[in-house]
Amino acid sequence: MALNRRGFLRVSFAAAGGLVVALHFDRTSPAQETGMPRQPAKVYPPDAFVNIRPDGKIAIQVNRLEFGQGVQTALPMVLADEMDADWNNVIGELAPAADVYKDPLFGIQLVGGSGSIAHSYQQYRELGAKTRAMLVAAAADRWKTTADKCRTEASVVHGPNGQSATYAELASDASRKPVPATVRLKNPSEFRLVGKRVKRLDSRPKCDGSLKFGLDLDLPGMKVAVVAHPPVFGARVKNVNDAEARRVDGVREIFEIPLTKGTGVAVVADKYWPAKQARKLLNIEWDLSGVEAADSTELWTRYKRLAQTPGNVALARGDQSALEKVAAENRIVAEYEFPFLAHSPMEPLNTTVRFDGDRAEVWAGSQFQTVDQMAVAEVLGLKPEQVTFHTEMAGGGFGRRAVTDSHVQREAAVIAKRLKGTPVKLVWSREDDVQGGYYRPMHFHHVEIAVGADGFPAAWRHVIVGQSLLMGTPFESMLVKNGVDETATEGTADTLYNIANMHVSVHHPKVNVPVLWWRSVGHTHNAFVMETLIDELAARAKVDPIAYRRKLLKPEAKKLLSTLDLLDKQTAAWRNRLPKGHALGISCHECFGTGVACAVDVSIENKRPKIHRATLAVDCGVAVNPLTIESQFQAGVGFGLTQLMAKGAITLKNGIVEQRNFDGYVPPYIVDAPVAVDVHIVPSAEAPTGCGEPPVPVISPAVVNALARLTGKRYRSLPLVSV
Amino acid sequence: MPGLRVGVLVSAIIVAAALWAHSSNNTAQGVAAFEQVYSVLISPRCINCHTATNYPQQGDDRHRHVANVVRGPEGKGVPGLNCAGCHQETNADSTGVPGGHNWHLAPLEMRWQDINDRPLSSAAVCRQLTDRSRNNNLDGPGLLKHHEEEPLVKWAWDPGRRPDGAARTLPPLTHEQFIAATRRWVEAGTPCPK
Amino acid sequence: MATFQLTVNGQRREVNVDPSTPLLWVLREDLKMTGTKFGCGISACGACTVHVGGVATRSCIVPISHIGDRPVITIEGIGNDAVGRAVQNAWVDEDVVQCGYCQSGQIMSACALLKSTSRPTDQNIEESMGGNLCRCGTYPRIRAAIKSAATQINKGGA
Repeated sequence: MALNRRGFLRVSFAAAGGLVVALHFDRTSPAQETGMPRQPAKVYPPDAFVNIRPDGKIAIQVNRLEFGQGVQTALPMVLADEMDADWNNVIGELAPAADVYKDPLFGIQLVGGSGSIAHSYQQYRELGAKTRAMLVAAAADRWKTTADKCRTEASVVHGPNGQSATYAELASDASRKPVPATVRLKNPSEFRLVGKRVKRLDSRPKCDGSLKFGLDLDLPGMKVAVVAHPPVFGARVKNVNDAEARRVDGVREIFEIPLTKGTGVAVVADKYWPAKQARKLLNIEWDLSGVEAADSTELWTRYKRLAQTPGNVALARGDQSALEKVAAENRIVAEYEFPFLAHSPMEPLNTTVRFDGDRAEVWAGSQFQTVDQMAVAEVLGLKPEQVTFHTEMAGGGFGRRAVTDSHVQREAAVIAKRLKGTPVKLVWSREDDVQGGYYRPMHFHHVEIAVGADGFPAAWRHVIVGQSLLMGTPFESMLVKNGVDETATEGTADTLYNIANMHVSVHHPKVNVPVLWWRSVGHTHNAFVMETLIDELAARAKVDPIAYRRKLLKPEAKKLLSTLDLLDKQTAAWRNRLPKGHALGISCHECFGTGVACAVDVSIENKRPKIHRATLAVDCGVAVNPLTIESQFQAGVGFGLTQLMAKGAITLKNGIVEQRNFDGYVPPYIVDAPVAVDVHIVPSAEAPTGCGEPPVPVISPAVVNALARLTGKRYRSLPLVSV
Repeated sequence: MPGLRVGVLVSAIIVAAALWAHSSNNTAQGVAAFEQVYSVLISPRCINCHTATNYPQQGDDRHRHVANVVRGPEGKGVPGLNCAGCHQETNADSTGVPGGHNWHLAPLEMRWQDINDRPLSSAAVCRQLTDRSRNNNLDGPGLLKHHEEEPLVKWAWDPGRRPDGAARTLPPLTHEQFIAATRRWVEAGTPCPK
Repeated sequence: MATFQLTVNGQRREVNVDPSTPLLWVLREDLKMTGTKFGCGISACGACTVHVGGVATRSCIVPISHIGDRPVITIEGIGNDAVGRAVQNAWVDEDVVQCGYCQSGQIMSACALLKSTSRPTDQNIEESMGGNLCRCGTYPRIRAAIKSAATQINKGGA
């Protein structure tokens, strides 16, 4: 998610006609004072985050969804370090929806924008330090001494005369101590956990089948629901013949429901299999009138046409006629195509809701708890505080579980409302997921570059065409300016390459396909375009791809420069000594505050790119858990390669999504991923920045840059159907 | 007596000619019968497991089988991805997975397509089928028995339902027609098209 | 509806279900064993992998009516032998998991590989694990963990 501006979100409720939820984004910069009252500084009471149990176990509430990124380990690490807690007894728990768990910067509870560590590092340090201070104060009281004479280690306070007390023994007294307003944080040299390769807390239960994901939830009396969605987005049920479906053993109810757009048919059964079988037997006639039947072929034609002329201006810098001043043979014209992409996290989407009339309970692996809680409340006619919202462990997300319209939670709530008193688990099948929309949008790029006599770009004119993610959502005022949705231009309009004469504009066509942020958002396509064109320029100038980038980057691109240096060093042994049939591919990109440089060793096997090795250099400020970071990058590039898969595209024909499941939309398997990935972190004391999304943009252009050396072809149309 | 000698010679020639005509008619009929057999062999229900590659095919469009399953050393897949792991003894119609006894790929000696997944010619397939060093040492009657009795062959006419519930398409001949054509071909001496 | 008896992780169990119900859903919803995961329903992802009669099987596409007497081993029971233990320990030691949703299936496939091939090569790993999807992309660490487990198994440790 591209929430990269500081600010606070306020939730407001319109009086007329019931609850209307709106999110307003207030800038903190005085120049954009809205006249609205400032949000009070947030208070985070330690007892909402730390629970010291009598048996010595310390449960730490994590204000983020854990969906693979390792935050359920990393944030507790930070807190436990400042607290001097015994790490062997620390448990990380996923916090339910509540004010106190909102992201300190964004004011809503969410995971996105690679912001978990970046926004909560300081917060959790303070929580840990405050908890420690209160424990020490309690011990000092007990021993009639002062705090400065006590020291702490591994969940024990030691007094000046050999006294000691465990945190468990002191917990009750400590909780009665006042929370200190300010607190001393550790000097990095005092860290025992932060900066170390600390193993994940959730490994064992994920390896023995005991960890429960949202889909695994089982409650007494629970029913399972599936929904028949319209084949064209936004269409409506005309009529349903459910006679055969009702005969399936275990089916309880079948009824039409409103969706965020259009209508569908819900099937409620005792278990998933009968629900699914019954849905297959429904005979539904759909009313397809009044909704656009989006078609990929038509969209390409439309997008290509739009891309020939400038759109809304995102950037206009320098001499706008510089392009024409260069002779035609020194110009590059390039057009790029990027298809719709589904996120397809391994755990199919699901939500469980129980509605009791005056309150409700929700269980969901949600990246967007505040927003989802409000949506469920709205559907059920409740206030958000009447909805208890549990955060479940999620099997992946990549952005798919953060949806501004909360459509999955709304579906579940609508069904639960009808089955008052009964918990209902709504399950989306893989087909529902692949065909259900909320894709990374299609994009078309048209780029014209004037190559200067020095081999560097003398002018750069760039037109992007793609649906806006945020127009019409509560986030519009935040990231859409002058008709430009910044989530479509990030990575290009804000490039750190020193291109004096640059023009970037964008067209945002309206298309009847719901779209969503896909891990690294606009960087998914913008980094591909930038890094392949930069590489082409380097090749044309006969300059080493690392050296060329170093020269072209602005001096303030410190992180990219540091990662290129580290990459240079770490690949020196192999990158110019590849065996025959292998080629090197280089790329670098900064997003969400983190700089990444990438080198790959690629050959062609069975007509596909075979990535023997990837080396990554990362600058993310303080590396809170280098093991987590290494994992994120090793694996994140495997996710990023979805873009290159031969069947890595969602296409529509006459309004209907052509792919159904992993047979038609095929993500990377082990054979498609790099065989080995080594990750190197630039040592830094700067504030930590995120690692969730930064691995994704660099890998596809690096691989394609290597392929270009092997085949002489340019790869500008994804997915990579042939090599 | 010269007339009788000529008569015997002429008769012999006429008989020989008749025999030759009969056997080349026989050959033509045998080849025609084989073309019928061939039409079944290259239909999806059969040719999908007679690949030249590391993988089986599936579907009427004969795309590469899902989940990257591979041939393995004996055509039975590899540990973790054995054919029989998913393909049970009988069809599983509720999930759309075909099944039959000892589900596995035909050996590479019995590939009926090239490495670009294009069916081989009827001449090429016929040569393979009649090459005893490649066909498991089967003679004509052996081939007929194979077509009559081998469970995986018979499966092609009882291929179950696809995941979408539709019945899988059948080969262009019935099993009886297939056997009859095989018999005619075998009785003609298993002649091959040129 | 029909009654089926089956042996799961060494225990005799009985269920009363529609015979067409895939083993996956019998395990998850009738036996309440949710360690085996639902990822796609068409055997393309491997999250549902169990062992039936010692053979790695994608339980989402095998109906309960086809199981018979063959013993079923799931992720909840794979740790009862040396190979299973070695693989699970290696997975933890090598910090393989991210979201973890695919890992039950990955471990079951890896165990099938290691039970049959004690010193798997890179190609063995790529082929046997080739049908197990991981959206997070933990593949490089899976490779390392299989090799580490193989070393442990060959040492006789677990």
